[in-house]
Amino acid sequence: MRRTRALWFWVFVGPFALGLALFTYVPLLWSVALGFFDAHNTVTPTHFVGLGNYAAVLRDDAFVGSLETFVVFTAFIVPATYVFSLSLALMVNRVRRARAFFRSVFFLPAACSYVVAALIWKMSIFNGVRSGLANTVLGWFGGEPVAWLAGTDPPWYWLVVVTVRLWLQAGFYMILFLAGLQRIDPVLYEAAAVDGARPGWTVLRHITLPQLRATSVAVVLLLVVNAFQAFDEFYNLLSDARGYPPYARPPLVYLYYTALGQGQNLGLGSAGAVILALVVAVVTVAQARWLGLGRREGDG
Amino acid sequence: MGSVSRRGLLAAGAGLLAACGSNTGRGGGSSGSGLVQWYHQYGEAGTEQAVRRYAAAFTKARVSVQWRPGNYDQQTAAALLTDSGPDVFEVDGPTLDQIQGGQVLDLSALVEGVKGDFNPAVLGPKTYRGRVYGIPQVIDTQMLYYRKSLLREAGVEPPVSLDALLDAARALTRGTVKGLFLGNDGGAGVLGGTPLYAAGLRLVTEDGGVGFDEPAAARTLGKLHRLYADKSLLLGAPSDWADPSAFLQGLTAMQWSGLWALPRVREELGDDFGVLPFPGDGVGGRPSVPVGAYGAAVSARSRHKEVAKEYVKWLWVERTDLQQDFALDYGFHIPARVSLARRARRLRTGPAADAVRFATEHGHAQPLLWTPAAQTAYQDALSRIIQGGASPEREVRGVVRKVSEELARVTRKR
Repeated sequence: MRRTRALWFWVFVGPFALGLALFTYVPLLWSVALGFFDAHNTVTPTHFVGLGNYAAVLRDDAFVGSLETFVVFTAFIVPATYVFSLSLALMVNRVRRARAFFRSVFFLPAACSYVVAALIWKMSIFNGVRSGLANTVLGWFGGEPVAWLAGTDPPWYWLVVVTVRLWLQAGFYMILFLAGLQRIDPVLYEAAAVDGARPGWTVLRHITLPQLRATSVAVVLLLVVNAFQAFDEFYNLLSDARGYPPYARPPLVYLYYTALGQGQNLGLGSAGAVILALVVAVVTVAQARWLGLGRREGDG
Repeated sequence: MGSVSRRGLLAAGAGLLAACGSNTGRGGGSSGSGLVQWYHQYGEAGTEQAVRRYAAAFTKARVSVQWRPGNYDQQTAAALLTDSGPDVFEVDGPTLDQIQGGQVLDLSALVEGVKGDFNPAVLGPKTYRGRVYGIPQVIDTQMLYYRKSLLREAGVEPPVSLDALLDAARALTRGTVKGLFLGNDGGAGVLGGTPLYAAGLRLVTEDGGVGFDEPAAARTLGKLHRLYADKSLLLGAPSDWADPSAFLQGLTAMQWSGLWALPRVREELGDDFGVLPFPGDGVGGRPSVPVGAYGAAVSARSRHKEVAKEYVKWLWVERTDLQQDFALDYGFHIPARVSLARRARRLRTGPAADAVRFATEHGHAQPLLWTPAAQTAYQDALSRIIQGGASPEREVRGVVRKVSEELARVTRKR
């Protein structure tokens, strides 16, 4: 009996475990190993360099700069998405009629591909010529056309990069907040009203936000981890056939050009990937501790 | 977290997986002596049909052509790490690391006797320690297109010095028309080493040292920032420098673009345009245009090395009729063979003849020792100078240091 159960366990779990090992753990460990070798244009290197790649990648100001880019991007996108999606959720939650319609409309962008959205942002909304949408609007107010993606002073590219992601992901987080809002006991609002709390800011500050604590923690964690993985919109907005500008280069774009572009420095790229993974791990654990991930709603 | 690790892994180990995934169209695999040949996607109509026709005409083996859109350089780089890559492929190189890593075969024997007929400017960067690793297919070059009528209206002469180019670009910027288009990034990408050659310098010296560790480098590169600061540059155009659309639509009076754009420009503008090389700058300066050639290479992992070599020799050395057809009947390129370039009638008159003359007299190819890492460091610095207004002296110093390290790395090997 026990042997049959063990057999069935492996029949069901085996293929997945095998796939996981073959396509995730083996390449992962392989990549860690590559980080200790001089691996130009090869995945079976022979020249051991110890921590040389780690030293090189940490000394490379482009890599350090990419981490700074991530920090700036996170500082923009996390609060912006948080506030925007929470506002959408609060509004949709109050709507009496056609709630499903509004919920779907705001959620729809989440179904759009990052690549497609980035290309629309780049080529029709924020292109640098007078006929671009943003420049047309500027023109109505007598403004000069702006080259949104081709200049660092002022760094308008942040507006483009942040708005495209905001548009794409706000709807998804709105759904999370809606779920959170609908779990709040209406009795609390009634009690507050009886106690004389005016609807609006006071209720939001003292009832809604504390009750949304667990949802908020999850949302912020997800937002930060997603910001770390930013690649698609940056790459599609800013790269061209000749490479990538030295600004707004997040870590994954840096690694892509180092290891998978013509650079093919797989050793250096692997070392960078390991460092990046460690940074993400440390940040996530610290954040989870600090914000109290997993504590129950209202415990805080 | 799980997905974070996967992405991290993607950056490093996925070359392997990507290559496995793209193993399509190999037909019978190891059966018979079928060869697989890769081309990047050419924009000109008819090219794909032409290369398939050439492949079908080879009698010693069945050759299946793969026409690969997308990031071709990344695809080949990844495929060369595995057994499932092409036998024969065209490459914007091969790169030094590909040659030193033993990924491509020595093709010196194929060009024996006709080596002198290949344009030395483009054969040079495919030669390492006297051995040839890629057979140049066609030569491409770039130059400055200008609208004669717009220059006449503004009272501007075609610029023959960098300072004159700066002044012309400013004078030609009026209303909705910008003076000059050097690509949406302001020129750092497409210009590359061209301004350095125009200042009388070079990327890498004969003996493998840094070729621009001179005050002239910072002086010339610094001038490019003025174009940007003057707001003479077209930025954020819907199509980039490689496409002449911005120039044809009248968004700019001058544009840096490729020779390939010439037929379309002539078709739409007739005689109302001229071409110029990048103008020289300073005392030792001279005009300059970049030249480059895709080369045909044979993968060291090919299971049919000898047949693959025979095929490359047949197509890119012996069949000059096909080479001429490929260069001139679809797109617009200069044949890599000097004898063919001389015979080509379409290259003998007007702006096309000018372009051929620029390529011959002022052409500079990216040296083999100029690795992608060196290129990235240089391009980053140039971009910071042009767009960010960074100090050219400091940026050049930084690049010189990084490039010296990179040159030391590659000259140390074997």
